Amino acid sequence: MAFAIEVVIGGLLVGIMYSLVALGFALIYKASGIFNFAQGDMTLFAALALVGFLTVLPLWLAILAVLALMVILAMAIEAIVLRPLVARPPLALFMATIGLAFLLQGIGQGIWGTDPKGLNIGISDTPFEIKGLMVSQFDLVGAVLSGGLVFGLVWFFQKSRTGRALRAVSDDHEAALSVGIPLNKAWAITWAISGVVALVAGIMWGSRLGVQFSLSLIALKALPVLILGGIDSIPGAIIAGLVVGASENLAEVFLGPYVGGGIQNFFPYLLALVVLWFKPYGMFGREIIERV
Amino acid sequence: MIYRECGVFKASYREDMAIFPIPLDRWGVIVILGMAFLVVPFLASDYWLGSLLIPFLVFSLAALGLNFLTGYAGQLSIGHAAFMAVGAYMSLILYGRYGVPLILSLLGGGLVAAAVGAVFGIPSLRIKGFYLAVSTLAAQFIIEWVLTHWKWVSGGVFGTVDTPPMQVFGWAIDTPVKKYYLVLSFVVVLTLFGKNLVRGQLGRAWMGIRDMDVAAEIIGISLFRYKLLAFAVSSFYAGVAGGLITFAYYGAANIEAFHLTVSFHLLGMIIIGGMGSVLGSFFGGGFITLLPIFINQFSRSFGTMLKSDLLACIELIIFGGLIIIFLIVEPYGLARLWHTLKEKLRLWPFPY
Repeated sequence: MAFAIEVVIGGLLVGIMYSLVALGFALIYKASGIFNFAQGDMTLFAALALVGFLTVLPLWLAILAVLALMVILAMAIEAIVLRPLVARPPLALFMATIGLAFLLQGIGQGIWGTDPKGLNIGISDTPFEIKGLMVSQFDLVGAVLSGGLVFGLVWFFQKSRTGRALRAVSDDHEAALSVGIPLNKAWAITWAISGVVALVAGIMWGSRLGVQFSLSLIALKALPVLILGGIDSIPGAIIAGLVVGASENLAEVFLGPYVGGGIQNFFPYLLALVVLWFKPYGMFGREIIERV
Repeated sequence: MIYRECGVFKASYREDMAIFPIPLDRWGVIVILGMAFLVVPFLASDYWLGSLLIPFLVFSLAALGLNFLTGYAGQLSIGHAAFMAVGAYMSLILYGRYGVPLILSLLGGGLVAAAVGAVFGIPSLRIKGFYLAVSTLAAQFIIEWVLTHWKWVSGGVFGTVDTPPMQVFGWAIDTPVKKYYLVLSFVVVLTLFGKNLVRGQLGRAWMGIRDMDVAAEIIGISLFRYKLLAFAVSSFYAGVAGGLITFAYYGAANIEAFHLTVSFHLLGMIIIGGMGSVLGSFFGGGFITLLPIFINQFSRSFGTMLKSDLLACIELIIFGGLIIIFLIVEPYGLARLWHTLKEKLRLWPFPY
């Protein structure tokens, strides 16, 4: 029984880290209506940059440098990729982000090399005990960090003026343009925030798994979280992350041995498919009303 | 002046509804097919046939399948390589284990892939847009797991099943030339079939669903039938392509050969080649298949041999950059560029 609770707690903590990655997707969708396929590769890029800067700078300076780099990257993406594609259908923008994903992969690995690197930010991985249950210290720190980030972002979108403007842009960017919201600044801010989220996700996952190509595949793990919670819902990303993390671990531990193991790769997708059948826009996603 | 419609008179309905109404087009296609069947095998080296033309043809076929689903029917799918894998394994099982003749087992692999595709297409009846795209990703992972863990398919060995020696009607197919002929015949027949499919009722229904599916349902196009048919037909093409590439190129069925990256390459092929165009699939397929070769040759011509992982990075950069450039400059792809060229030729030497 204690083992089951440990599995669940471990799953919940990992789930919050998944939702951190899903958050990046949800942010960009919420603020610009674009499904950013390049989020995983932005995470990889940020982690690679951090490891690269860590060889010459101390930790805090390196993090600030990568933050600045991600902001510059966001402005570059907005100017080169998004501005020419302003009035295109969302599918075209999605495909542009696919191209962007490959581009970032190639540039990141071209500059900093393809061999796996370790990332150590000073948080130890030794588990500590709470009432007889083993909990990983690292996972706990990750969960707290992600939770804090989510609360901050929810506040930003709901209460601040810029957040309101970003939500307007997501609803209909041509209408927002006509009302006077500077579209290029809004997009640059959104991508910069998403870049920061990618950096945090990159740090957490990079410390866990090592910084290598498979880091960009974490995004694939976060996609079922995203669609389960709803593409444009920030609280949805957190709750779905918890659900996916816990169920994935439980399924692997208790169902896995019956069917040969290795089901944690696709179990979240199966779960998402089942939920989507009943709620086609995810648990908390905004329903799109189509006009004919 | 050369390429014109005036002076071309149609005397029957049959002529009016022909695929290539302009005679120069018709002659051009006949010449190309003639060269492909009669001239290329004798002039091209084994390397060209075996390593360049066969993958080009096979991936163009798979891209054609994806084009039916995404370009004509509008259902975005990013897990298409999984259906290639289903076709590969099934055709190998039919041929190697049950002794079904080669052509029938390739088609059988395609049919099984079609059934699997239809099953994974069921979510498309409720889910739309990006939610559907991620659901199709589920197909990729689930099929990968099933093919490696189900003992009946993988034969107890994780992942790789070798192909037995091939023969059709008693002729052994062991040289690259014969493999090339096998692949070419399949591709030509299936492309002709596909072109007629999209010119007829099915294609029009798909395009209606792509443009506005609520309106299409209102005027009587059964979304259930046509969406599932779209998934089934495109998976059939992918399955046959998977079987062909297993027999004629890889020599063994390995799940790693149909990884997620292949799905993205297929998507890139139809984006660059042109969505909603049969010819575009071939342009895109050729472009993406031959791109690594060109980069290699190009870098070699500079005198330096770049390290292989740097070369891979440059490939990724060019692939991604090309997708973005094409989306900005010509969103309808190379097929539209070709179409524009033909339009200009029609009016040549006049500008408009």
